[in-house]
Amino acid sequence: MVDVAANALGMLAGVGEARVVLTEEKTVDFFIHELIPYQFFGQTVYITTTHVCELIIIVGIVIFALVARHKILHAQEIPRGFQNVIELLIETLDKYVRGTMGKHGTKSYRNYIGTIMLFILLCNISGLVGLRAPTADYGTTLCLAIITVAMVQYNNIKWNKFGAVTSLFQPLWFLFPINLIGEVANVVSLSLRLFGNVMAGTVMISLYYTLMPVLATIGIPAAFHAYLDVFSGAIQAYVFTMLTMVFITNKIEG
Amino acid sequence: MNGITNEGLILACSAVGAGLAMIAGIGPGVGQGYAAGQGAAAVGRNPGAKGDIMSTMLLGQAVAETTGLYGLVVALLLMYANPLLTRFLKL
Repeated sequence: MVDVAANALGMLAGVGEARVVLTEEKTVDFFIHELIPYQFFGQTVYITTTHVCELIIIVGIVIFALVARHKILHAQEIPRGFQNVIELLIETLDKYVRGTMGKHGTKSYRNYIGTIMLFILLCNISGLVGLRAPTADYGTTLCLAIITVAMVQYNNIKWNKFGAVTSLFQPLWFLFPINLIGEVANVVSLSLRLFGNVMAGTVMISLYYTLMPVLATIGIPAAFHAYLDVFSGAIQAYVFTMLTMVFITNKIEG
Repeated sequence: MNGITNEGLILACSAVGAGLAMIAGIGPGVGQGYAAGQGAAAVGRNPGAKGDIMSTMLLGQAVAETTGLYGLVVALLLMYANPLLTRFLKL
């Protein structure tokens, strides 16, 4: 059983020699590739394309953050250039978080939401530059969902104290299993929503690139990229952060 | 059933199952369309609240989409990560 689950998850993550052979020379390839094997507690695990892509995105975000910090520390009275962009970004983010969480949308939540939104957005649109989107790997989205749900439960206990436990027995005590499943199902639904959307986009685009003749892969896929990568990716980043905030606000307001 | 190997049978049935799983796409299609229609009607009545209506609609649509995505994940599992093959045939 464990074997089956591990295999299914591994294949979902695309680890393994999975190839879809259509004809002799055409193979659809939207799987994750293993790059560097290493030993971890006796198991052979791999540095995959997901890790590489995530690393590129993280380095990009860190460089952006350092430049932004430098600019803000040396802020001018009349903003111009890059400082304008940062201020616009922060103000938009502030408005977004305040608008959703009301008076609970404090600075720390804004920082977290901003970080996770930037990360998911860049992950989703990384298909534009030929990388494989890291969010099309169930490992990534599951971790993001677990972080979110852990934060929701932390807030639940912090604000409701013992009510966090008793609310599981509301409105009737025998509904406890259903309430418990409802809390745990958040992890599954949050992660699968992001994963499914991005994976569907990845599959569609790679299918198009493989099946169409070479001439049709010039220019026309731009429309697919615009919808599946940019539009869908932005919507999913928005939805993920929005749901995070809604869940937390629900718990705070009890 | 002569001439059909175990592996072939499982593969064929998995392909059919993947197709059937995608019937789940009907639900989110109807649901999202309904939400979009109601959103359009709301904007028609109150054009000033377009931003709020838009964000509420998108959130609702994304949540409604989840069940369809479960179907998609099942289909993808059956097509590319079939647990039945490894479980019964030790491939």
